Amino acid sequence: MARTILPFGPQHPVLPEPLHLKLTIEDETVVEALPTLGYVHRGLEKLCEVRDFNQMIQIVERVCGICSCLHALCYCEGVEQIMGVEVPRRAKYLRTIWGELHRVHSHLLWLGLFADAFGFESLFMQFWRVRERIMDIMEATCGNRVVVSVNVIGGVRRDLTPEQCKWIEEQVAIAEKEIRQLSSTILNDYTVKKRCCGKGVLTKDQAYQLGAVGPMLRGSGWAQDARQTGYAAFGELGFEPIVEYDGDSYARSAVRFRETLQSLDIVRLAIARLPEGEIASKVKGKPQGETVTRVEQPRGELMYYLKADGSKHMDRVRIRTPTFANIPPLLAMLPGCELADVPVIVLSIDPCISCTER
Amino acid sequence: MLETIPLSLDQVAAVAKECFDDGWRQVTMSAVDCGEAGFEIFYHYDKDLVMRHYRLSIPKETVVPSISPVYFCALLIENEIRDQFGICFSDIVLDFGGALYLEAEVRAMPFCKVSVAEKQS
Amino acid sequence: MFNMTKNVVANLFSKSSTRLYPIAVRGHFEGFRGTLHINIDECIFCRTCMIKCPSQCIAVDNKAGTWTCEAMSCVYCGVCVDVCPTGCLSMSKEHRPVATEKQTMAYQGVPKKKKKEAAE
Repeated sequence: MARTILPFGPQHPVLPEPLHLKLTIEDETVVEALPTLGYVHRGLEKLCEVRDFNQMIQIVERVCGICSCLHALCYCEGVEQIMGVEVPRRAKYLRTIWGELHRVHSHLLWLGLFADAFGFESLFMQFWRVRERIMDIMEATCGNRVVVSVNVIGGVRRDLTPEQCKWIEEQVAIAEKEIRQLSSTILNDYTVKKRCCGKGVLTKDQAYQLGAVGPMLRGSGWAQDARQTGYAAFGELGFEPIVEYDGDSYARSAVRFRETLQSLDIVRLAIARLPEGEIASKVKGKPQGETVTRVEQPRGELMYYLKADGSKHMDRVRIRTPTFANIPPLLAMLPGCELADVPVIVLSIDPCISCTER
Repeated sequence: MLETIPLSLDQVAAVAKECFDDGWRQVTMSAVDCGEAGFEIFYHYDKDLVMRHYRLSIPKETVVPSISPVYFCALLIENEIRDQFGICFSDIVLDFGGALYLEAEVRAMPFCKVSVAEKQS
Repeated sequence: MFNMTKNVVANLFSKSSTRLYPIAVRGHFEGFRGTLHINIDECIFCRTCMIKCPSQCIAVDNKAGTWTCEAMSCVYCGVCVDVCPTGCLSMSKEHRPVATEKQTMAYQGVPKKKKKEAAE
């Protein structure tokens, strides 16, 4: 049969960010997909040579426009490991709270965009309305909506007052109620299921061998989450990953939906157990050595390789973002699907291309 | 600090195969420019949340055998390293030839060290 | 069917979930990092903010006594406010109004004289 090559992206209604896929199609079926990257490459890793290691916190926060807090957390934990800094317990809990709030708002953003991908505009609006509540918490407690800039090496910059804690708990309770109201629509609606079930199937073995991370891996039946390694306060709070077994777009959206509720529970638990004490420890000297740190970003596992040579600049900051690891599985999922399902499948990996290219 | 297992150039593909058969997931590869000493490439693998790091030290202008025939997901990483550091890999499954991020005519490797003039402040 | 009726009735009698924007403005929370301000009289031109700024948008000249900030390059991280030894930098919660041109905040202060000069 005659083959046609169809460009998908870099500008496409479903994509918030520029990813170009060269789709080879036979009739309506995709047979091959080739990616092209490089539209938003900013060279942020390279900036470690001109900015000092404290200034890099603000730089790595800008790797991703949605989960900035977790990037800074991962970087700070790495530098703290190199320098042997002990972070106060309260700071660890505060980092967990803000990190999980970031996950909630990122997942709600994604659920909205996903609804938009199959044309469910009003569900998109509903999710984003709930998300606004989380953004309000962020603005009131951190001083900014997205790029919160609360992490510093040795701790955090802002503290929560008891009144703020109480207010967060109230807001989280309302948000949870509102999210639960939407559960029957995103999980049980006939049209939604028709668009997601069985689309973009990634088998359990494929997911692992292709290096998928985050909800992609957990949607295919692997109980792996970097939060199990116990970064920040997860060592004390305990954590059980959420797993779905079907490996299709529906399973991935179910993982993310359930994780949203789980993260709200974690926020509540962390506030309830928030210990008293300092929020930052004094840091002296300059880092020397190398380390690897991992945290769980909303999109999956984020890995930093840091090398410092004892000067005020880091020698190398290597950032492996989750979307970068999730593109090979995407290339494996696309062949065999219908052209009309491509937007849903591409969005089901939660692509963050600015992250990928850094 | 970071426990690494040294790796020599001819072991690269064999070790990757071994890890693959043993059920390790490839996390990523990291390249570091060590100036005069050449490059270091780290291979990070993960199994049940335990990480293993292999360190490969190579002089400049070395062609490294690709592990993408074993781990398909390595193709993007290897192409990225090719773009950023100019390290060539042989037999990548899908070779962009140094044009993943860059335009084909760019020949300067952006991530190699430049000497930064320290400002006196 | 009955679910939908319930929703329709609920929506008819509930408040609008949006604001009539130019009339009702949301406002910001206390502690929001909106605009950077400087009290130039207290500034000692130590240049700490200039050195620590991650986006390198602040320029301080300790001889001429000028403090300038490229408002469009500022990323509103608030690091300069934290490191200022005299507390002359502050952030207010209202963000800058929309502008058609790039703006630079420039302030002229009195440079601190060295002890020797001050004694004369």
